Amino acid sequence: MEFKDYYAVMGVARDATQAEIKRAYRQKARKYHPDVSKEKNAEARFKEVGEAYEVLKDPEKRAAYDKLGANWKSGQDFQPPPDWNSGFEFSGGGFTDGDAAGFSDFFESLYGRGNGPRRGRRESFHVPGEDRHAKVMIGLEDAYEGATRTITLEVPDVDPGGRMTMREHKLNVKIPRGIRAGQHIRLAGQGAPGHGQGKPGDLYLEVEFRPHRQYRVEQRDVYLDLPVAPWEAALGAAIKVPTPSGVIELKIPPDSAAGRRLRLKGRGIPGETPGDFYVVLQMAIPPADTESGKTFYGNMAEQFKSFNPRHELGVQP
Amino acid sequence: MTRAKTVARMTGILLDEQAGLTLAEVSRACAVHAERIVELVEEGVLSPIGPEPHRWRFTGTHMRRARVAVRLQGDLGINLAGAALALQLLDEIEDLRARLRAMGGD
Repeated sequence: MEFKDYYAVMGVARDATQAEIKRAYRQKARKYHPDVSKEKNAEARFKEVGEAYEVLKDPEKRAAYDKLGANWKSGQDFQPPPDWNSGFEFSGGGFTDGDAAGFSDFFESLYGRGNGPRRGRRESFHVPGEDRHAKVMIGLEDAYEGATRTITLEVPDVDPGGRMTMREHKLNVKIPRGIRAGQHIRLAGQGAPGHGQGKPGDLYLEVEFRPHRQYRVEQRDVYLDLPVAPWEAALGAAIKVPTPSGVIELKIPPDSAAGRRLRLKGRGIPGETPGDFYVVLQMAIPPADTESGKTFYGNMAEQFKSFNPRHELGVQP
Repeated sequence: MTRAKTVARMTGILLDEQAGLTLAEVSRACAVHAERIVELVEEGVLSPIGPEPHRWRFTGTHMRRARVAVRLQGDLGINLAGAALALQLLDEIEDLRARLRAMGGD
């Protein structure tokens, strides 16, 4: 088991006051809160800080931790010395209010499991199980066609000896056609088991789209940046365009400028009111890397002498 | 990791504007008393459809907002108004990020 240096995690000195510890905790909690933070590993950092605070905020736990001595380094192999906690009375004490299930083995070896939700609950009580929440990543194409996804959840389980273990729980879930990012699928009875005769909780799956390399999604609408050649934009053309539901042929009207948006009604995410598919024109310019190419661009400049691309900016060419 | 079990294909209920959650269901999903959810509605954090609490219907997005609000209050020691402000700012950041992505940034 690895030793955890809670002072280092918290970024405070070993002789920090309780007020300093609280301030450091608040700052780090805001920085790494999974609902707020875009930092890498925010959730893991947040848990780590929560665990460190659990110990350092409690004068008794902190004193016991300090007794281990200052010579331990983070990550060092660690076994608690025998009787290390004699004289302290925190096991099962009321101070632990964090989600002890998420704490490290190191924490557990020192302080035990904390007072989890099961403590003091007798089987004669019928309590419904807790609801669970998970995210499921799908491709945009799945929203067009519907799909089945296998979801693996890690769920806590209490073995016959009363020890909590994590086990994998696999579910095959049907993703309905027309689903949008941020929507939830509710699976009744797939949450935590109830106690006594209480019903099990539900499982809520929040759907998220994997970022797509060519499409962009806004609510029900889907966007594609479509490169066109200058002659296609100038003269108009019928060109092939990929959409999540297959390749279609699109008419580019003559005299289209870059940035022009063409709407394909009803070709966004399907549904009762289907979204639209938008094509945004981008100009692709052929390179002038041959003599004839250069001559061609030269002729073009000659031909369009009066054309000022910076007209809007109020400057002459 | 002791055992893995595969169950048959399951079809859940898609939570959308039609099939909403009741106040009781949202409270249970957030593991809080219904009063906490009512407070969030009164603060304007959630805007369920329906005239009075026992006929309110919440979407999945409402439930997610409620969970974030509850977590922020508990984890960061901020009050209801502070959580409401944080959520509003998070919405704005999300909106700006979406616009940035639309412009090809990251």
